[in-house]
Amino acid sequence: MASLVVAEHDNIELKRATRHAVTAASQLEGEVHILVAGAESADVAAAAAAVAGVTKVLHADDAAYGHGLAENLAPLIAGLAESYDYLLACATTAGKNVMPRVAALLDVAQISEISEVVSADTFVRPTYAGNAMVTVRSTDARKVITVRATAFDAAAPDGGSAAVETISGAGDQGLSRFERHELSVSVRPELTSADIVVSGGRGMQSGKNFPLVEAVADRLGAAVGASRAAVDAGYVPNDYQVGQTGKVVAPNLYIAVGISGAIQHLAGMKDSKVIVAINKDEEAPIFQISDYGLVADLFKALPELAEELDKQNISKN
Amino acid sequence: MKVLVGIKRTIDANVKVRVKADGTGVETANVKMTINPFCEIAIEEAVRMKEAGIAEEIVVVTAGPEEARQTLMTALAIGADRAVHVVAEQDIQPLAVAKVLKAVVEQELPGLVILGKQAIDDDSNQTGQMLAALLGWPQATFASKVTLGDGEAEVTREIDGGLETLTIKLPAVVTTDLRLNEPRYASLPNIMKAKKKPIDTKTVEEWGVDAAPRLEILNVTAPPKREAGVMVENVAELVDKLQNEAKVL
Repeated sequence: MASLVVAEHDNIELKRATRHAVTAASQLEGEVHILVAGAESADVAAAAAAVAGVTKVLHADDAAYGHGLAENLAPLIAGLAESYDYLLACATTAGKNVMPRVAALLDVAQISEISEVVSADTFVRPTYAGNAMVTVRSTDARKVITVRATAFDAAAPDGGSAAVETISGAGDQGLSRFERHELSVSVRPELTSADIVVSGGRGMQSGKNFPLVEAVADRLGAAVGASRAAVDAGYVPNDYQVGQTGKVVAPNLYIAVGISGAIQHLAGMKDSKVIVAINKDEEAPIFQISDYGLVADLFKALPELAEELDKQNISKN
Repeated sequence: MKVLVGIKRTIDANVKVRVKADGTGVETANVKMTINPFCEIAIEEAVRMKEAGIAEEIVVVTAGPEEARQTLMTALAIGADRAVHVVAEQDIQPLAVAKVLKAVVEQELPGLVILGKQAIDDDSNQTGQMLAALLGWPQATFASKVTLGDGEAEVTREIDGGLETLTIKLPAVVTTDLRLNEPRYASLPNIMKAKKKPIDTKTVEEWGVDAAPRLEILNVTAPPKREAGVMVENVAELVDKLQNEAKVL
């Protein structure tokens, strides 16, 4: 038997998230296959076939799958389940949306956001915002799993030469339709795959002050994030949110500015390699988990930091 | 239209959770419990629909222990009309909760079900999607805006790259994200009034649902602790450390 990884893509590009799920799948028994369900998505299927360790790509191309609607995708995936022990996706908003629907159609539990494969039926997953790591054993014959990207390295994008098999599903279930996207247009790297992340919190006081964070981020080629408090206060959009209910990141360097360090924020960034905290409150809990702490007024420290990066020739532009 | 809201009682978001020494779970004795924040947003949304004249009645449901009655009282004080308490003393997992909610939906026949996108205790983020699957209904998860129309709803969803807007047929399941609304505080008169609102209490067995856990919890441990590092005096020292000590710049 084998594992089926549900590809994440935009019909043009295979998203990196897919390759993290492939790595988790490769730690399980059997072959690793990828399902590409999309519309005019041949390039994605080709990219999936090239991922190291993948032996087969199932390609379902239908307008009904073009926008990842869960109502249409879930029956397609569930319909393929018979040939697989494991159905996996990365725990992105797309994976989180569709996989529980698949699990319920199969009458099995979903094992959410695993951070470790212990054995064929046993997995570790974070709960309570990462404050309690639970080892669970699934008693279901078939396992539906979402994968925490930061816990599994991405499989290499090349080196594989899987066969692509065209399949078809039931298509449009007539329950939902896509209207429009408003995607954040950013020249900066994506939060979840950036090497460096600079995040602002409530201490920023206003969205108008975020350019101070951006100025530092751009010098470092970094992504910009935010705490839930900053999103809550309307400073920045929700897709900036790092934390328990936002994105989980684990960059080489995470710089938290004006972020006190609420449990729910730490959940999203505490696995970063090096953490820097800049906060004017020396009692802020963020300092208890940071490698380097600077007690300072961020409105002074951020411009100084930008200037220092220029001075030391570290700035990327 | 009748709106059904599913809620969960969880440890308060501000509590520092401690893993029990015997590895069976987390400490819950003498710990502040509250309504899961995303569920509170779900109730608020339903109450706003009622205030706007779109919803006629709000039924709030929970599956959980005796003490979860307290959480239902909170929801009734915010503005739900009546409550259904499905008493489950054992660990009740998302698939079982979805089955419980399906049974309640089949009795109540709501036009819309609103749930929180995730509970902040087990962080599963499953129940709404599972309920939609079991009912064969559309789902709109992680909603930041819900507009009800004639037989359908337009929902804006928070996705990784920004926002996505879908139209879903009603009846449907919607799960709430953070920015959908800001829940109100229940007023004292409403807290008093809530005490008179009906709560239908039956066990999960009486609802005819097999709630046996599918995931066996073998062990619960605290994550590796991250030690505090050093404090630096100024920005120049910080940049120097990052460059020459941590070597990340």
